[in-house]
Amino acid sequence: MINKIVNLGDSALYCDFGQEVNKEINSKVIKYFNSVRKSNIEGITNVTPSYNKLIISFNLSITNFKKIKKEIEVLNIDYENKIINKEIQIPVCCESSFSLDIKRLEKKLSLNREQILEKFFNKKYFCYMTGFIAGMPFLGDLDENMRANRLETPRVKVPKGSIGLTEQFTNIYTFESPGGWNIIGNTPLNIFNNLNENEPNLISPGDTVIFKEITSSEYKNYHD
Amino acid sequence: MINSYFKFIRSGINTTYQDKGRENLYHIGIPYSGAMDNRNFLIANKLVNNNLNAPVLEFAYQGPHLKYQGDTIIIAITGDVIFKIIKNGVEYTGNCYESYQIENGDEIDIISTNKTIYGYLAIGGEIDIKFQWKSCSINTNAKIGSNNGKKLENNQTIKLLKLNSNKDKKKIDYTNSKVENIRVIKGTNFNYFSDEGIKTFFEKKFIVSKLSDRMGMRLQGNKINNVVNTNIKSEGLIKGVIQVPPDGNPIIMLSDHGTIGGYPKIGVVASVDYDRLVQITPGSEIKFTEIQLTDAETLFKLYEMDTDNLLSQI
Repeated sequence: MINKIVNLGDSALYCDFGQEVNKEINSKVIKYFNSVRKSNIEGITNVTPSYNKLIISFNLSITNFKKIKKEIEVLNIDYENKIINKEIQIPVCCESSFSLDIKRLEKKLSLNREQILEKFFNKKYFCYMTGFIAGMPFLGDLDENMRANRLETPRVKVPKGSIGLTEQFTNIYTFESPGGWNIIGNTPLNIFNNLNENEPNLISPGDTVIFKEITSSEYKNYHD
Repeated sequence: MINSYFKFIRSGINTTYQDKGRENLYHIGIPYSGAMDNRNFLIANKLVNNNLNAPVLEFAYQGPHLKYQGDTIIIAITGDVIFKIIKNGVEYTGNCYESYQIENGDEIDIISTNKTIYGYLAIGGEIDIKFQWKSCSINTNAKIGSNNGKKLENNQTIKLLKLNSNKDKKKIDYTNSKVENIRVIKGTNFNYFSDEGIKTFFEKKFIVSKLSDRMGMRLQGNKINNVVNTNIKSEGLIKGVIQVPPDGNPIIMLSDHGTIGGYPKIGVVASVDYDRLVQITPGSEIKFTEIQLTDAETLFKLYEMDTDNLLSQI
């Protein structure tokens, strides 16, 4: 159930599912997301799920907050409908030229490089949401001892394919972009393909991601 | 097969193809994009007898200088723009909101926008460009849209697939109204800010920073004090959201914005003021006034009626 629905400006609904970040709350958000997308309620132009919120944008020329709120409150949510999850393996190279913030992480986490990589590759990660930039997955949760804050000064350019860490989350920069996450490695895999309009994103909310360490020669030969 | 095209002698510093933009892609990280100033975009298309959602050239500050080759075609420029039309080496000063017939060999030199940022050039015909997710709009950050998602460059061409048969010249009397007062609806994290911070937000003036672009407008001059938390769990954003990062300088999300953000939202710009907001130039002052949701809805309806009324005069 949605705890609270309020307006975000004059053209969006802000649906609050709680404060915590966990799979259970996020799965509710994704179920609502799927149901709203299927509902064909007139005027809805975008539905954006995140950890524990769902934002529904609409065209103010043809509808308004009151009307959409009413529709959402009586919407039939298909709780039984299981989200189809994929398990995806992502190759990651952590050579020094790619692990831009490993020194910072060693200091912040009081762990050495080997310990950091071991803890990182030893877990499966759940995709909570995608966005910020096209196709970027927000994955969690990192080991309790692996949680560091964002960089004090964000980078102007984070290289494409970079794997970043912050707090309990890890992400993948789908193309070169500004960003403030701690960079631990890089994947040669293309995560966002704008030529595939039906399925541009390799990773979707609800999917499981397994990172697999590769050497720099495997990285170089990846596309051969 | 027709062989009519414009060539960019000078592309301008930030020239892209735009239409209404793309919907239903926030969840994969793709924003609307589309023409920043929607009203001027619609008027430009109407002046050249195009479908209202046809692709146009959007330029910022300095516009393109184009040379035309082909059969007579109709064009129009909207916004507050200084431009010349050159026929047989003779320069004529152009007027916005008026369409022109362009003949083989003519040039259009769009010198600059005047105390505004964006201007629009509509071409009466069908342009040969690629659409992605049903829109030609170029998003240079994600490299999405026509022209491989890149700005237009010198020596590129605009090829035409079809010219509009109706080449009647049209004009309307219209002047862009300038604003410095932007109406804002309280945001979902309004209570994160101190009384003093809120007073600053609604009573002080802010200066638009040079670091503003199609993604966002950064403001300076007064810092807004946060007393709860300078970060929230990342969540969806929409056009017009005003986020306040830890440094206290507000940022307004514009058409190419990131779809998810983790800074508290102090407010959201009312839709009625969006077209005019995006035209405010760096260095100018901006002031926020609070507005209630129902008033914002009513004012938007009036603004739309006004736009429709302008379009019906063309």
